[in-house]
This record gives sequence, C-alpha cells and structure tokens, in this order.
Amino acid sequence: MSKKTLIVIGNGMVGHHFLEQFAASPAATEYDVLVFGEEKQLAYDRVHLSEYFSGSTHADLAMGTADWYTDHHITLKLGEPVLTIDRDGKTVTTPAGQYPYDELVLATGSYPFVPPIEGNDNEHCFVYRTLDDLDAIRASASNAKTGVVVGGGLLGLEAANALKSLGLEAHVVEFAPRLMPVQLDADGGAVLRGKIEELGVRVHTEKATTAIVDGETARLRMNFSDGEFLETDLIVFSAGIRPQDTLARESELEVGERGGIVVNNQCTTSDPHIHAIGECALWNQRIFGLVAPGYTMARTLSAVLNGDGDAAFTGADMSTKLKLLGVDVGSIGDAHGQTAGARNIRYNDEQAGHYRRMVVSSDGKKLLGAILVGDNSYYDTLLQYALNGIDLPESAESLILPESQGGAPALGADALPDTASICSCHNVTKGDICGAIDAGCSDLGGIKAETKASTGCGGCAALLKNVVDSELEKRGVEVSKDICEHFPYSRQELFHLVKVNGIRTFRTLISQYGKGHGCDICKPTVGSILATCWNEHILATDHVPLQDTNDTFMANMQKNGTYSIVPRIPGGEITPDKLIVLGQVAKEYDLYTKITGGQRVDLFGATLSQLPEIWEKLIAAGFETGHAYGKSLRTVKSCVGSTWCRYGVQDSVGMAIFLENRYKGLRAPHKVKMAVSGCTRECAEAQSKDIGVIATENGWNLYVCGNGGMRPRHADLFVTDLSDEELIRTIDRVLMFYVRTADRLQRTSVWMENLEGGLDYLKEVVLEDSLGIGAELEEHMEGLVGTYQCEWKTAVEDPEKRKRFREFVNAPEKADPVQQWTTERDQRRPVLESA
Amino acid sequence: MKARTRWDVVCMVEDLVPESGIAVWTEDGPVAVFYLPHRLPALFAVSHTDPFSGANVLARGITGDLKGEPVVASPLYKQHFSLRTGICLEDESVRLKTYPVLLDGNRIRLEIPATQQQTQAA
Repeated sequence: MSKKTLIVIGNGMVGHHFLEQFAASPAATEYDVLVFGEEKQLAYDRVHLSEYFSGSTHADLAMGTADWYTDHHITLKLGEPVLTIDRDGKTVTTPAGQYPYDELVLATGSYPFVPPIEGNDNEHCFVYRTLDDLDAIRASASNAKTGVVVGGGLLGLEAANALKSLGLEAHVVEFAPRLMPVQLDADGGAVLRGKIEELGVRVHTEKATTAIVDGETARLRMNFSDGEFLETDLIVFSAGIRPQDTLARESELEVGERGGIVVNNQCTTSDPHIHAIGECALWNQRIFGLVAPGYTMARTLSAVLNGDGDAAFTGADMSTKLKLLGVDVGSIGDAHGQTAGARNIRYNDEQAGHYRRMVVSSDGKKLLGAILVGDNSYYDTLLQYALNGIDLPESAESLILPESQGGAPALGADALPDTASICSCHNVTKGDICGAIDAGCSDLGGIKAETKASTGCGGCAALLKNVVDSELEKRGVEVSKDICEHFPYSRQELFHLVKVNGIRTFRTLISQYGKGHGCDICKPTVGSILATCWNEHILATDHVPLQDTNDTFMANMQKNGTYSIVPRIPGGEITPDKLIVLGQVAKEYDLYTKITGGQRVDLFGATLSQLPEIWEKLIAAGFETGHAYGKSLRTVKSCVGSTWCRYGVQDSVGMAIFLENRYKGLRAPHKVKMAVSGCTRECAEAQSKDIGVIATENGWNLYVCGNGGMRPRHADLFVTDLSDEELIRTIDRVLMFYVRTADRLQRTSVWMENLEGGLDYLKEVVLEDSLGIGAELEEHMEGLVGTYQCEWKTAVEDPEKRKRFREFVNAPEKADPVQQWTTERDQRRPVLESA
Repeated sequence: MKARTRWDVVCMVEDLVPESGIAVWTEDGPVAVFYLPHRLPALFAVSHTDPFSGANVLARGITGDLKGEPVVASPLYKQHFSLRTGICLEDESVRLKTYPVLLDGNRIRLEIPATQQQTQAA
C-alpha cells in the first residue's frame, strides 16, 4: 500500500496547471507529489507579467496559494533547484538532498535568448522573464531616462510598454525588417509600427547590434553593424526563448538539434518514466511558446498518468489575440499563407491604422489564416471559421470589411459545431457549454463558474455570451430581461426611461410604459430608481407603497414582526458619549444588542410603534439612519490607520468617514459595502467589498466588485496610487455607472462579470471615459450628495409620516399578542415557534 | 346567518394608505385592510397574520397584481396571497381568512363573524 512518488521539476504556469489537473484526478491518491521550483515564488501568471509594473503584486499574479498546495498534500520546495537526475537509480538531487521518484515531470519552461553581443553582461542589461528580472529593471530605471528593448516580437513590445510605464523614453531594436515578424506580414508590421510610434515608442528595424560599450550622453551605447549607434541607460533583451533542457541533456534524454526535450503524443520523453510539458518540450520538431498549448500538454499528461490510453497531444493552435501598447494585434493559423495555392484578401486603411488579411484555400472555400492589426473585433469570427473549417460565405471579403461597407455580422453562435473551442485557456467547447446549460445553469455567471470558460485571459467573453444566449433561447429559456409581467423592460432600460422623461412617480411610469398595477418586484425596483434619480423622501405619499417593508419602516423586520435598528456609525468611529446613548436606549426598550460585522451596533426587538420614539432619542444624540434596511450604502469599514497604527501609511479612518458620509443614502440595485485599510496588511478586509480602498505610500489603491456572502468574490485591483480627489472621482463614476446599468438585486461582482468586456470594459468607461459620460456620472453623484437627508429625521418630524407606525390603527395601546419573549445570556429574545 | 354577523367600524378613510395596507384589531384578531384606489372594489380585508411565520405583518406587504389578480406579498418570506380569496399563489392549500369590507361615509366597516372566535396564532 505504500504510495508511489511523482516529482515535478518547475513551478511555472504549465507546471501548476498540471498539478491542478492531477490533484483533481483519481490517480492523485496513489502518489506522493513533490514539486521543485527554482524561483522563490509560487507559480505566477507570466502572461500578465507587465502588470507588475502597473501595481499588481505577486499575490495578484499568483496562480495558486500555499494553502492550496497544503490542502492537496503537495510538498512544495521553492528556491530549491534540481541539479541532476539519476535515471538508473530514479532519483533527483538538489543542494538539500536526494529524492527518489517513480514518475518525473519536467516543466522547466524556457529561458530568454540573449544574443552573443560583446558587452551584454553589463549591469544595466536585463532579460524579461521573472519577477526578479522586473525588480532589477525597476531599480535600474529609477534614475534612467531611456531604455531599449532588443527584439520586436510579442514579448519585446510588452517589455517596451513596461519601460514606458516606468517613465522611460522607450526604443525597440529589431533585427528583422518589421515588428512581430512571426505573426505579421510586412503591411501589418508597418501599420503596427505607425501606431506604436504614435504612442511615443521609437522603433528601429533591420538593426544588428555588434557591441555594447560605455555611452557618452547615457550609460550605454549600442553600436550597430551599419555604423550607426544608439545611446541608452538600460537594455532589455527579448530576442526569443530557448527551451530549458539542461537537465535533460545532462541525463542524456533525447533532445532536439536546436534544443527542446523530445516528447511523443503522450508527452513522454525517451525515458518512459520521465515526461515533459510546456515550453521545454519539443513535439514533432516544434516548441510551443504559448500558454494554451502548454495547458493542453498538462491535461494530456494528467490523463496519461491516470491510465487513459487514448489521451494524446496532437499539436495546438498558435493563434493569438492581444493588445500591445493598446494596439490590437491578432494572428490566426497560417498567417503567412504558406499553404500551397493559398490566396489572400487584404483590407488596409492606413488613415485609421487598420490592417486585415485573410488567407483562404485555393478553392476559396476555407479560411486558413488571418492577420489583424488595429481592430480585433473581427478575430473571434475569423478564428471560428479557421479552427472549425466552416465554409466561407459567398463574399468572404465581407468578413474583414468595416460594417459600414457591408461587412458581415459576426458568425452566429448557431453556426458553430459542438466541437468548436470557445475558451482555449480552459479548453471549453460549445458542447461543454451546452452540457452545463442542460445540467441547469441558466445564466452567464453560472456557466462561467461551472465550466471555467472565459475565466482565463477573458478574450472569449463576447463569444461566450453569444453562445449562451443563443443556446438558452433554443431551449425556450426566456433570455428576456423584463423585470416582471408589468414592464417589458430591464432595470437599466427603466432607469433610462425615468431619467430621460423626467418621470417622478410609479403611477406615471406604469401607465406610460407598463401594464397592470405592479408587484413586489417592480415596485421596489422603480422606487429605488426614483430615489436615485430625484432623491425625494422614500416615505413621500407617492413612494410609500413602492417600498419593501424594511424601507417603509426604515428598520429591518425580524421573524416575529418586530424590527432591528442600526444607527450609522461612520467608519466605525464612535465617541464614548454616543456609545452610552446606544446602551441607554437599548436598556430602556429592552433591545437585544449585537455588534455587526460592519463595525456598527444592531438593536433588536423594537415594535413598529416604538420605532419613532427610539429614533427621536437617537437623533437627539446626534445619530443618523444607517440604511441597514435599504438597497444602498451600508457601511465603510476601516482599520485605525496611520493615526495610531505603527504600520499605517494613510489616515484610513478619516477616508472611511468621508466616503461613508459622501455615499450614505445612495439607492442602488443591491446593498453596497466599502472598506478602507491603512496599509497592505489589509485589516479592514477591503478586498471583500464592493469598493475597497487600500492605502499605499503614494496614495490609495482602489479595488472593485468584491463581496462576501453566499458566493464570496475577491475584489479586482482597479487603479493604483490615487490622490484623495482622484479616488473620490473614480468611486463616483464606478458607483453611478453601477447604479444606472445593473440589474435588479445584482451585486457589483455579478454586474461586472456580466458586462461585456468585464473589468477591462469597466476600466475603459471609468478611467478612459470611453463612453464620454464621466462628467455626467460625477455630476449626478454630486447632486445626490447635495440632496441627502436623514430619512428618520424627516419622518419623526412629520406627524403624517408617523401615523404609519401604528401597530393597529384602531387600538394604539394594543400589544401584538404573538410577540412573546424569553431571556437568554442576559438578553431578551423571541420565544421560538412552538406550534 | 345575517343576524349572526355584525359590521364593525375599524377605522376612518384617512387612516388608509393608498396602494398599501394598515392593520386593525378586531374581535376576530388582527386584520389587514388594503386600499387600492385604481381598482373596483378598492377595499380588501384579509387576516393580518402571515400563516408561514405566525407573525402579524401582512398589512406591511407590498400590494400589486399578478395576472390581473390583486395580491399582497408577505414581507417576511415573499409568498403572494390573493386579496379577493386569501389563497396563497405559491401553495394553494394555504388560505388567509378574508373579510367583507365596506365604506360607510368616511368610516370603514368590516363584517366580523358574531360567534366569538378565539384567535390562535398560526
């Protein structure tokens, strides 16, 4: 019964993906798993490496957590490189010792190729591969003016973007006559070059560097073979990758002529107990330098180790779609038209900087490949034609013409076969999505959670939505966004109708745009919209019948018909005097008292008729309503921050109080919670809130769309190092855009996941003002802030509104007979139902 | 039969809240009176006790109509009850007691069964 040992060398993206697959498979119980990583960090997302410069931390980029490894009984040895493999004795040796294995997986990845140029070992020459590399580049850039990237490929342009974001004047030096020579042709490369130069990156093509020497005006000088030179403060080499096959070579496994560990379709090397996956593996004379094929190898190998005789890696699609320095670039299949007889269709708009090329088969029926620069909206459709061998339409050129010139609409989801790959990161096909729908998933969020589709790079989001909508429709599931039988509109559409037509009552809205008399779905929804648009008192005569009971009586109904009361305690800061008042009021009315998770105090057991009296007392002591009953801002939690804490770098309590006072009373599609932490230790748990703010040395990092509750979600980092003013303006926009466009009872997380384009789209709208509505959103918020009133203060001062708080209108003294009480842990609580 | 019932005044017109309910105390226990000014008849009276929770809360529910039927939604667990028949739309085996109601001048009268009933919660 003793277990076998599986050793994995390398803890990169592919190695980690393999472990995820393997840990979830039956064979996991048969093996002790040991992982060796050369880097000190856990596997992280190298694809998004440059985000490290725009504020992401290792934790943001990490693929898994140490806990995940512990939970799955995987022993992780980071910073412990494997030195040798003894194939006969089946052991590996590290500086710390010798470990026996039964099966060995090489996931060693690749290393950056540094051209053999004299002077390339200068201390200001770098490669662009690991977080350590990036730290070194950042340090060197801190007192530099210019930076050069050697290599104009995909990763080189990423690196150029990184140098630019570090504030350097960035240059790209490419040996070939054009940028991205692997993916693009001459015209495409020229268009890309134009766009990138517009952004301030200098491009030098057909330049071979012969030597790197000391500079005169900068640290270094690069001498080129044509006699010219370029001065720069630092150099980043990004001239391609080479498979990391040293261990394999030294242990005499079969390797390729130009490197790479030779594997068969089962990802097994020339030794049956040693396997290789990812960029270190050479399959069919090919190295795959993208993450998706590596993942496919990882899945194949996991299946092989589970005894699946059919599992085989049979090559992978190398199509890519990316945004480089903000410019769309796409390359599909046989982009260079190398297939015999292939013909081309080209569209080139030099004015707009758009280039598109289709490579079609000699009979013109199939799409073999394509190149896109400037606009990737054509990518998904073209990729599906190419991957699935779908017959091209009569006038195939329409697929790359602008829509205004008769371009064809996107390929309908219906036309795709079940085998069509929708999400290549997680290998989800249209058939998988249909399966999830048949198993009961009925919305985009559910399908994402179930299949993982669109949770990798997110590039397939729009396509996924099309497939899901079309399949739901086919199954007769109404994808109608109508909120209920009374209004044939979504919440967002209703909001628009109310706002644009200046509608101020439910009655007007339903008579003009709906039918019937409304219900408990549409009435509170419209009540909330009216509150957001006009900010009238929710107990104004026209609005009373729209509110849920909690809003009507401005307290939270409990199971026996009594209410709980939560006064606002902004930021969780309260004076002793106010705290004493809470105690006195609770004592006088015998209210059960509990501290909430949002740093407030909840008082339970008040009857309807007691509410106004209690609030009179609370208001006299300076309290305001806490809106715990509303779909609105609840609390802004905070840690104590720089005022007291020896780690705090900003005044988090002050900011929390400011935010809470600014957004209190804002009516939203669902409750909204916020938190402000004074440093990265994150004691306020801001990353579990709709709006989370974390102090940095330079200002504030903003996180959005997190929540706790039934389906917890970590908030996403939205933007970093904001000043106070920038922070508030950004939150204004995010919140107002949410309030205007979310569905009823949709938390910010689900709202954002369902936005076409997700987080990136939200960033475009809020940070780049892509819809041109930024100023309007801010103005709207400013108006709401200016018209805030404490609903309870207004209510207790108005005898008409107070009339609503009579338990029985004809028997003011009558106590509700079902409200029976007992005592537990020295406090009053309801007698639980006996009948 | 008529002789065994009586029409009690339970409140005045100004106590009513348009499109919503109020609670009154009767000899038959707590009753919710709803005023839906855009319907005919406009007045409805049903038991104030929510049969699913036992709490006296139905007058505080949201009113409306579902497929034309006037309803109130329980503020606790959101079941809908017909204001005409008292039947629960989600579970037809559950039915609220209903009371005839009329407007007499500016007084609201309910027809309460004369036989004194002991009210039991739930």
